[in-house]
Amino acid sequence: MVKEEEDSSNRPDNTAFTQQRLPAWQPILSAGIVIPGFVLIGLAFIGIGVGLFLTSRDIQVLEMDYTGADGSSPCSVCYNLADKNCVCTMSFSIDSLIKGPVFFYYGLTNYFQNQRRYGVSRDDKQLYGDTSNFASPNSECAPYQYISNVPIVPCGSVANSMFNDTFELFKNVNGQSLPVPLDGKGIAWWTDYNVKFQNPNVTPLINAFNGTVRPPFWSKNVYELDTTDASNNGFINQDFLVWMRRAALPDFRKLYRRITDGDYSAGLPAGNYSLKIHYNYPVNGFGGKKKVVFSNVSWMGGKNEFLGIAYLVIGSLCVVMSVVMLIVYAKFKFPEDN
Amino acid sequence: MGSVVACCSSLCGTQKKQEEERHLRANDRTFNQSYNYAKNSIKTSKYNVLTFLPLNLFEQFTRLANAYFLFLLILQLIPQISSVPWFTTAVPLVAVLSITAVKDANDDINRHKCDKQVNNRKVDVLINGELKKEKWMNVEVGDIVKLESNHFVTADLLLLSSSEPLNLVYMETAELDGETNLKVKQALTVTGEMGDNMEALSMFRGEVRCEPPNNRLDKFKGTLTMNGQNYGLDNNKVLLRGCTLRNTEWCFGLVLFGGPDTKLMQNSGRTTFKRTSIDHLMNILVLCIFGFLATLCSIMTISHALWEEKEGSAFSVFLPRQPGVDIPLSSFLSFWSYIIVLNTVVPISLYVSVEMIRLGNSFYIDWDRKMYHPKSDTPAQARTTTLNEELGQIKYIFSDKTGTLTQNIMTFNKCSIHGKNYGELFDFSGQRVEITEKTERVDFSWNQLADPKFVFHDYSLVETVKEGNPEAQAFFRLLALCHTVMPEEKKEGELNYQAQSPDEGALVTAARNFGFVFRSRTPESISIMEMGMKVTYELLAVLDFNNVRKRMSVIVRSPEGKMSLYCKGADTIIYERLHPSCSKLMEVTTGHLNEYAGDGLRTLVLAYKDLEESYMEGWRQRHHEASTALEGREERLDELYEEIEKDMILLGATAVEDKLQDGVPQTIEQLAKADIKIWVLTGDKQETAENIGYSCNMLREEMKEVFIVAANTAEGVKEELQNARKTMCPEAAEKALVIKARGGLFWLKKTETVEDEKVDEEYGLVINGQSLAFALEKDLELELLRTVCMCKTVICCRVTPLQKAQVVELVKKYKRAVTLAIGDGANDVSMIKAAHIGVGISGQEGMQAVLSSDFSFAQFRYLQRLLLVHGRWSYLRMCKFLQYFFFKNFTYTLVHFWYAFFCGFSAQTVFDDWFITLYNTVYTAAPVLSLGLFDQDVNDRWSIRYPQLYSPGQLNMYFSKKAFVGCIMHSCYSSLILFFIPWAAMHDTVRDDGRDIADYQSFALLAQTCLLVVVSVQICLDTYYWTAVNQLFVWGSLAIYFAVTFTMYSNGMFFIFTSIFPLIGAARNSLNQPNVWLTIFLSSLLCTLPVLAYRFVLIQIRPAITDKVRCKARKGLPEPAPRRPYTRRISTRRSGYAFSHAQGYGELVTSGKFLRIKSRPALFPKTDTPVVETLPQHYRTITEEREDG
Repeated sequence: MVKEEEDSSNRPDNTAFTQQRLPAWQPILSAGIVIPGFVLIGLAFIGIGVGLFLTSRDIQVLEMDYTGADGSSPCSVCYNLADKNCVCTMSFSIDSLIKGPVFFYYGLTNYFQNQRRYGVSRDDKQLYGDTSNFASPNSECAPYQYISNVPIVPCGSVANSMFNDTFELFKNVNGQSLPVPLDGKGIAWWTDYNVKFQNPNVTPLINAFNGTVRPPFWSKNVYELDTTDASNNGFINQDFLVWMRRAALPDFRKLYRRITDGDYSAGLPAGNYSLKIHYNYPVNGFGGKKKVVFSNVSWMGGKNEFLGIAYLVIGSLCVVMSVVMLIVYAKFKFPEDN
Repeated sequence: MGSVVACCSSLCGTQKKQEEERHLRANDRTFNQSYNYAKNSIKTSKYNVLTFLPLNLFEQFTRLANAYFLFLLILQLIPQISSVPWFTTAVPLVAVLSITAVKDANDDINRHKCDKQVNNRKVDVLINGELKKEKWMNVEVGDIVKLESNHFVTADLLLLSSSEPLNLVYMETAELDGETNLKVKQALTVTGEMGDNMEALSMFRGEVRCEPPNNRLDKFKGTLTMNGQNYGLDNNKVLLRGCTLRNTEWCFGLVLFGGPDTKLMQNSGRTTFKRTSIDHLMNILVLCIFGFLATLCSIMTISHALWEEKEGSAFSVFLPRQPGVDIPLSSFLSFWSYIIVLNTVVPISLYVSVEMIRLGNSFYIDWDRKMYHPKSDTPAQARTTTLNEELGQIKYIFSDKTGTLTQNIMTFNKCSIHGKNYGELFDFSGQRVEITEKTERVDFSWNQLADPKFVFHDYSLVETVKEGNPEAQAFFRLLALCHTVMPEEKKEGELNYQAQSPDEGALVTAARNFGFVFRSRTPESISIMEMGMKVTYELLAVLDFNNVRKRMSVIVRSPEGKMSLYCKGADTIIYERLHPSCSKLMEVTTGHLNEYAGDGLRTLVLAYKDLEESYMEGWRQRHHEASTALEGREERLDELYEEIEKDMILLGATAVEDKLQDGVPQTIEQLAKADIKIWVLTGDKQETAENIGYSCNMLREEMKEVFIVAANTAEGVKEELQNARKTMCPEAAEKALVIKARGGLFWLKKTETVEDEKVDEEYGLVINGQSLAFALEKDLELELLRTVCMCKTVICCRVTPLQKAQVVELVKKYKRAVTLAIGDGANDVSMIKAAHIGVGISGQEGMQAVLSSDFSFAQFRYLQRLLLVHGRWSYLRMCKFLQYFFFKNFTYTLVHFWYAFFCGFSAQTVFDDWFITLYNTVYTAAPVLSLGLFDQDVNDRWSIRYPQLYSPGQLNMYFSKKAFVGCIMHSCYSSLILFFIPWAAMHDTVRDDGRDIADYQSFALLAQTCLLVVVSVQICLDTYYWTAVNQLFVWGSLAIYFAVTFTMYSNGMFFIFTSIFPLIGAARNSLNQPNVWLTIFLSSLLCTLPVLAYRFVLIQIRPAITDKVRCKARKGLPEPAPRRPYTRRISTRRSGYAFSHAQGYGELVTSGKFLRIKSRPALFPKTDTPVVETLPQHYRTITEEREDG
């Protein structure tokens, strides 16, 4: 009876929430959990580390610098870009088969694609084929927004500075140079190719670019990037897409071609090769380096030994730490009384 | 119009340098207005409609954080600098400002209402010879007002005349000083003659010159000039605002001080906005963080300049400079850009979250059923919602006594009659039975005149009295005769006593119920009913009480003509004056007295003496001479009293219980265990205070010594304090060691601290108000502080409200400690306001204390739960919250810093813009809030079982500058991991199909995912108490993160907002890569494993008390055993206290002039004496509307 009277009173509600009695789990760092936990984590890490390390070790990488900054390099003639359309050839040999599929990268160092002002200097709407932005590009593109009031398409520093060295690879067999087929498709992200970059819905494509001008550094118009293949032309040219995906770090490599076709589907066999380089891209100004890389991949991507080693080191540290903690626990083991 | 005048006058009042003397003339407004005295309106509000917005905004922007965010907002509006959109700062800022503004407005509206209510009370004012009802605020200095019974006193008044004989009025001053007994004030005869003659009163042109407004309640000095004659005025002729008129039909008064000048208002300290020590620390930290931020940005600026010089100029082939921006300018701009990027070290959500957590924790206090008092239907209330965590850091508690520790109810509990102890119950085996509410009460129905509310449990006493035991009868006869109580019998048999002290009322009521009913008195006689028979004694003399005598006696002649002296008083005093034949009885009685004292009861010893007619005649003759002597009257009377009060026969002893509130000793014991020092500051007299000190276990027998400081001069006080200090700590330095330092914002505040000095034994100290006044002077305050802080227990008695506040201020000033003041009456208001935390006892009529308090509840014992449970949890939660919050933001921000070294110091953020916007507000907000609202290290039972758990809060252990530095180090480590592990793992790597994964967008996604996982894991490590809500929030936040990320990186969003969501596809293309997940896994473990290991090792090597208790709680040991019963202490200290606070009423009783007036049945026709009230004494408040008005 008394209980019922209380309902009308100021007595606070008796719920687990208001009385702070919510059911809860209260874990504590007991030796029984922490020490075996460290051992287990350590062992697991060592396991993963070994796996990663072995995998990474199996990846074959062939890296060649062709900047030509030092005189010994065959491309040193082109280094100062005195000569337009300078071509140099590098010869190299492969001792054992590089298992396919082999990827052909170009790399740049000391190149700040991740500069804030560089990064924003583009117009995603333009690249998405929005013709209204052809006439008036994004103001962030400045100073590559207009050339004497004619809008630049594609505008901005990123597009303007597109990498324009081209490579041809030959296999030297009995004094003959056989071209190695290079696949320039499938080197960009699917989403970039299909979603993010779109040509304007105008045929022929060239009409869309009336009243615009190409970026000042470009020798070709964007609608002439690949005249042989409409699906690789304009904004959806895959070399262009690869460049437009700006790198996170100042030293980066970008995929140039895949070597998957014909005789080379199993990889690059041992032998002598020559790489013919059309040297156009200036790097001497900022002290950058250019390189080409031939590499295959594993389930965990490209060659990167860091992860494997890190896992191994940390796994071992965990095990060591668990021993230390065991000693501490045995020695101190805080007293049970108050 | 009136308000304008009032406003002007109050303005002028403040401008006026210092009023030196107040000069006013009755009934002459023009004369008085020339002085611009404050009118009687009061103003406690801060804003009005017009000033609210500017003032409030100004106040808010004086908060460092708000100003900072305003500044950031302005920065972000500059396009050259802006690296993040402006609304990311604006929206939360506006939200914060408006929430605070609404809260402030609401508070101020309440204050306005309250002011208005008080200002609009009506009172009769004499204007142009007529009484007019006027509002209080329109009353002016020099007006004559008429008060009626139970009215509040309008302003500080000079009493002119009253309806009562001798121009007496009776005042209740509980609101002012907490004393509940009535005070008598008497008007000058010259003014009293005017009575209620309107003509005379309106012609009255007396001029008063008196002291300027001040806050001394017990002093008043002035002169009244009337018809060329000067009359001295003292405190006894002044009625103070805040008091209530009682038992007086009407009285007239002349307004001396109005509104803000009244002693009540002068005594209530200014309303200051309280901030917690964590707030102060936070401000300092925020300032440090600004410095840190500026340092980071400067590093960035210099590096930017170097980079631009070395790399940037060369790279300008591909990235030309903006026109007109050279390297210095670009560096300058980059400074501000980095300020924006790195501003998240002080996120605005910090302040909002802190407020939310405090609000939540305040609600827990409101909701706590264990702090709900069913009898008065009062739940606890957190009136200020910004001070919670400080409840977990209290070091000093200042408590009022009456109404806070005690219920202010006296009950006659036990007695010892002729060596036999009564009042306790024993079962068959002779064990003492505890008396509870259910114990059967003695039936007094045989006695028609018995007080039905009187409770007694021991039947044997009734039997003894009924049997006619002569000692028992003499015992109660004495109680019925020897006192100064006034009876009132409105109807036959309905007796009411008006006693000046509740103790005396309790004793007389006891006698009444045991058949010796005191019925009426005249100046020459006392009539009592002795076991149903009316007997009238002739009252020959009253040997009154005073502080030196500590006893009172009456000499009466019985109808049979036998003359006797009845005496009651303090045991030590009476024992010296007993007849040697009583020595045996004395021993037994002493045993009983010790027992009573051990129970914390107030004891009195009763003795009598039969007198010879012959001797008496001579004595009376001399008595008459002495009492009419002009010189040395007091001394001569004392001598006479001394002479007759000897060789008395011991009758027995009484024990009266000053009823403590429930659970007070236990609470005090608990709080003492938590290392909280409790000081009692009371207006009561020393003996009472001391006695309560014993009964609530603050003063203990084990204490080495209890010092009494009661000197009357500054030198005396100094000497006593020094002696006490030297006794406690002989090796202590003569001079107090004051550590001077600078603290606070910009180190502008000078601080002086006095360290605690170590004392091995436990000591107590009792100091009275007079000594305290000297000790609080500038030159003695350090001495006082040092001595007092060495003692375990400090009791200050007879202190004024202002002194209470001064004591609190003293401790606040020199001790870096958090103080709490608890009280129930208006006299505690200043103390409540002065302390860091003020607690009011609610559930009673008086609201003054509650209104100015920060927390309120109905019973003192809830303090234990408030501090040990809510306070501790709040502190723990706040500290954990802050620590975690700073961790998560520093970690997050520093990643940008490391990235700067790889992106040309260009203020490029690592994370995606949307992640930056949502990180603090969405992704990490809920889990950290749940940490701040639900976490508990051990549950409430364990918290109370181990009060020691409280000490980390007092020592600021969970969050301090040191902890903050630790937190930053941890963040640096984590951010390094969070940047460099992804950096190393992604360097030159590609997807498993050879395509790009080391691009900026994928890297951003990877880094932010790592960060979010790490901060989520970290909060899991920090959480002690995993409720479902915590789990839900942590997992939910992660889920929301992935959901939002996938949504924002989806085709659809890109189609709709092409330029806003450029990260299309990044999630799909990188989160399906095993090495991305391996990187996330690696970095999160690398961040958490060292923390785990460190904590584990720390628990093993240096376990904190929390770890121990947690371990205990986990082992599932039985819940804390019920506390052992409260053991009785063996005590030899006693206090005889059954007398009034002041000199007794003996003179008044025997003078008898007014008793002859037929119209007046009794002196104190108050309906209830405290003893017969079962409810605690109600205090009336000046802010509440009169019910009968």
